[in-house]
Amino acid sequence: MPIELEVNGKRYPVHYDPDTPLLFVLRDELGLTGSKYGCGEGQCGACTVLIGGAPRRSCQIPVSAAAAKPITTIEGLEKDGRLHPVQQAFLDAGAFQCAYCTPGMIMSSVGLLQSNANPSSAEIVQFLQGNVCRCGTHARIIDAIHQAAKVMEEHGR
Amino acid sequence: MSGSREKFVVEPERYEFSAGPMHHFELLRRDFFKLLGAGIAVFTMAKESGAMQETAPARGFHSEDLPKEINAWLHIGEDGGVTAFTGKVEIGQNIRTSLAQTVADELRVPFESVRMVTADTALTPFDFGTVGSRSMPTMTPQLRRVAAAARDLLVQVAAKEWNVPAEGLKAADAKVTDPASGRSLRYAELARGKTLAQNLPAEDPVTLATEWTIAGKSIPKVDARSFVTGKHQFTPDLRPAGLLYGKVLRPPSFDATITAYDDAVAKAMRGVIVVHDGDFVGAAAQSEREAQKALDAIQVKWKETPQISNREIFAYLKKNAAATSEDRYRKQSGSMEEGLAQAAHRLDTTHTISFIAHAPLEPRAAVAQWTDGKLTVWTGTQRPFAVRDDLASVFHVPESSVRVIVPDTGSAYGGKHTSDAALEATRLARAAGRPVRVFWTREEEFTWAYFRPAGVIEIKSGIASDGKLTAWEFHNYNSGMSAIETPYVVANRRIEFHPVPFNMRQGSYRGLAATANVFARETHMDTVARAAQIDPLEFRLKNISDPRLRAVFEAGAKTFGWPRKKTQEGQGFGLGGGIEKGGYVATFAEIVVDRASGAVRVVRVVNAYECGAIVNPDGLRNQVIGAVIQGMGGALFEAIEFENGRITNAHFANYRVPRFRDVPEIEAVLLDRKDIASAGAGETPMLGIAPAIGNAIFDATGVRLNGLPLAPNGVKT
Repeated sequence: MPIELEVNGKRYPVHYDPDTPLLFVLRDELGLTGSKYGCGEGQCGACTVLIGGAPRRSCQIPVSAAAAKPITTIEGLEKDGRLHPVQQAFLDAGAFQCAYCTPGMIMSSVGLLQSNANPSSAEIVQFLQGNVCRCGTHARIIDAIHQAAKVMEEHGR
Repeated sequence: MSGSREKFVVEPERYEFSAGPMHHFELLRRDFFKLLGAGIAVFTMAKESGAMQETAPARGFHSEDLPKEINAWLHIGEDGGVTAFTGKVEIGQNIRTSLAQTVADELRVPFESVRMVTADTALTPFDFGTVGSRSMPTMTPQLRRVAAAARDLLVQVAAKEWNVPAEGLKAADAKVTDPASGRSLRYAELARGKTLAQNLPAEDPVTLATEWTIAGKSIPKVDARSFVTGKHQFTPDLRPAGLLYGKVLRPPSFDATITAYDDAVAKAMRGVIVVHDGDFVGAAAQSEREAQKALDAIQVKWKETPQISNREIFAYLKKNAAATSEDRYRKQSGSMEEGLAQAAHRLDTTHTISFIAHAPLEPRAAVAQWTDGKLTVWTGTQRPFAVRDDLASVFHVPESSVRVIVPDTGSAYGGKHTSDAALEATRLARAAGRPVRVFWTREEEFTWAYFRPAGVIEIKSGIASDGKLTAWEFHNYNSGMSAIETPYVVANRRIEFHPVPFNMRQGSYRGLAATANVFARETHMDTVARAAQIDPLEFRLKNISDPRLRAVFEAGAKTFGWPRKKTQEGQGFGLGGGIEKGGYVATFAEIVVDRASGAVRVVRVVNAYECGAIVNPDGLRNQVIGAVIQGMGGALFEAIEFENGRITNAHFANYRVPRFRDVPEIEAVLLDRKDIASAGAGETPMLGIAPAIGNAIFDATGVRLNGLPLAPNGVKT
């Protein structure tokens, strides 16, 4: 019996070894390449996905351990052509340069806002300490999260 | 790369770049329109190249078939869509957006109608590389000239259609209008049904910055939506049909060579391709894990050589400086002896610069595909044409059989000039007969890329009692020559660069050696000023004659509020600045040193920058602030550690890069000089932060730190 994953509402059989980190299954087997490899050591946050709604480093989780809960990747945030408020806020704030860290930043931010609807700047800094941006767009990312929090509050979600 | 130990790894440029090889090909009659559809195509030649040549429709457009005197081209389609071509790569510096702004501005079309084709050796003009902050000063005028030539051509086409003189016609809003009759034709209408290709000499002048309508505006990043949705495909995201995943067996240390090798077990594994070629060993399989398992099953013995560690590097560099080398640089004016004799204060300082890594978040990657003897490689590089040349030479195929395409890449910072991953993927793909991806791990990236050179810098100076410099002697060992000349006025000076042979790979890094030279110079200047009890800003202004440098220091000081009074314990203020690559920077920092732990916290930074006419203010602000944050890493804590040919901190867990908690409040003060041609902004804004922080630490604690990184473990007071 192959492992089955539920990703972005769809079920996928997985043929890679059960101890393969989830990231490599998502990217190389399922073709969901929005989640990025940055270090493979849980140190940079580029691979962040939501597992059961909580932000997790997919490079650190064996695919067998990820099978029990629904997984959301960056590809699953957009609904019916409408961006998630966090995606829209990153877009509006221009919160990127090379944008390689962006999917992980967005997934971490979505996770943060689920547990803390209106975080302070200090709370954002604390929460994103594990996400690396080498280009130096940190301040714009913080602005984007504040903006997304505002929009999400206004729209009641 | 046959069995004959041909050198596999092409070394990066160690210091600054010299001009690349120019190739000249016969102009072939090829079809531009097959590729882009009917319309109007305009090619421009560099002004200095000879007469106009014919460019006429035929089949299969390839940039390498065009003469290299042609340095820019664009196409206007029947729908009015404009496609402009550049060999530059998008690596986060936002060049795709700012160049499209330039084309739209000069051609007088809406920004949205311009599409940039970048960094594809089969389609774009030859380009030396996206290096040295050259995109703005060279590519912007080239694209302006081709757009202006296209506009002139459209006017001529309209004039012919109406049978009126071209002189009175106006091109604006994507159409040509005849003010005499009021009639107009849209560019789309003019291009319809045509296959008109014109090769024109590049003519100045182009539109003045004061008359820009689209350039000069904060236009958001092109394709930004594809990045926030994860749809953009960086090189490692590409998955052509039949793709295999490659891994390379790395030696245990630098310069290690194979003495015994047995891959029988690995070769017997199902679905695995193993390649052993010289000192290159690699495997390709259905997944990276399978490829890695194959490598793990190979029995290899290595011969290693003892090597020095990071603790000995500075003594090594001083001791082994090459006495004669063509890289050596010496410049002298006046007399040091006389200058020192005139001085009221004299000072000698020595500064050290550690190796640091670029650590781009997207590690090196390449996907290689051979089809009927032709090679296509997608790779994140700053020098696609150099990678093409390396591939052609290493694999003994003509350049015309190699196509290198650079997807918009997850940053580079001067670290992606080489073709390593491309060569590796190509070697494996040739053996596999299928496309192969090689995607370096973070540890490989930290170990097998190349480093910003370590260095030792010695400075001797003298100042007169009025605070004017009388003597300046500057020696840089190994780190490089960028910004080695002082921007301060001093009649008696001696500047020398001493290259040092060393086995570790060293190469370009954002700002090149300017980060080292400006750090040392600005630290020394601060030390002199403090010793002579002159305000550090006042001391610099006394010795500056360049009004642009003065302007950034003054603008930064005003926003920062220099000089400032200390309001809390451990607080300090510092500044630093300089000139490089046509950009002027002055950086002011406020820091706090925790008395108990010695930890340095950067509280506030003002970075004043001037690079001529600003093309995209928001994009520039992003660069000027980002450079400060990246520069803080090298300033405060980044250093590559090594011993016996091994990098001992090749992970983000023990190589500290700036993170959210490190980021201070940063203000960018941008001076827009519409009367001066635009220079680049990717590098120079980084130069002031390290000395500004170091000088602020002195202000806070009285401890003078002369080495980079300044305080990886805090400041001991």
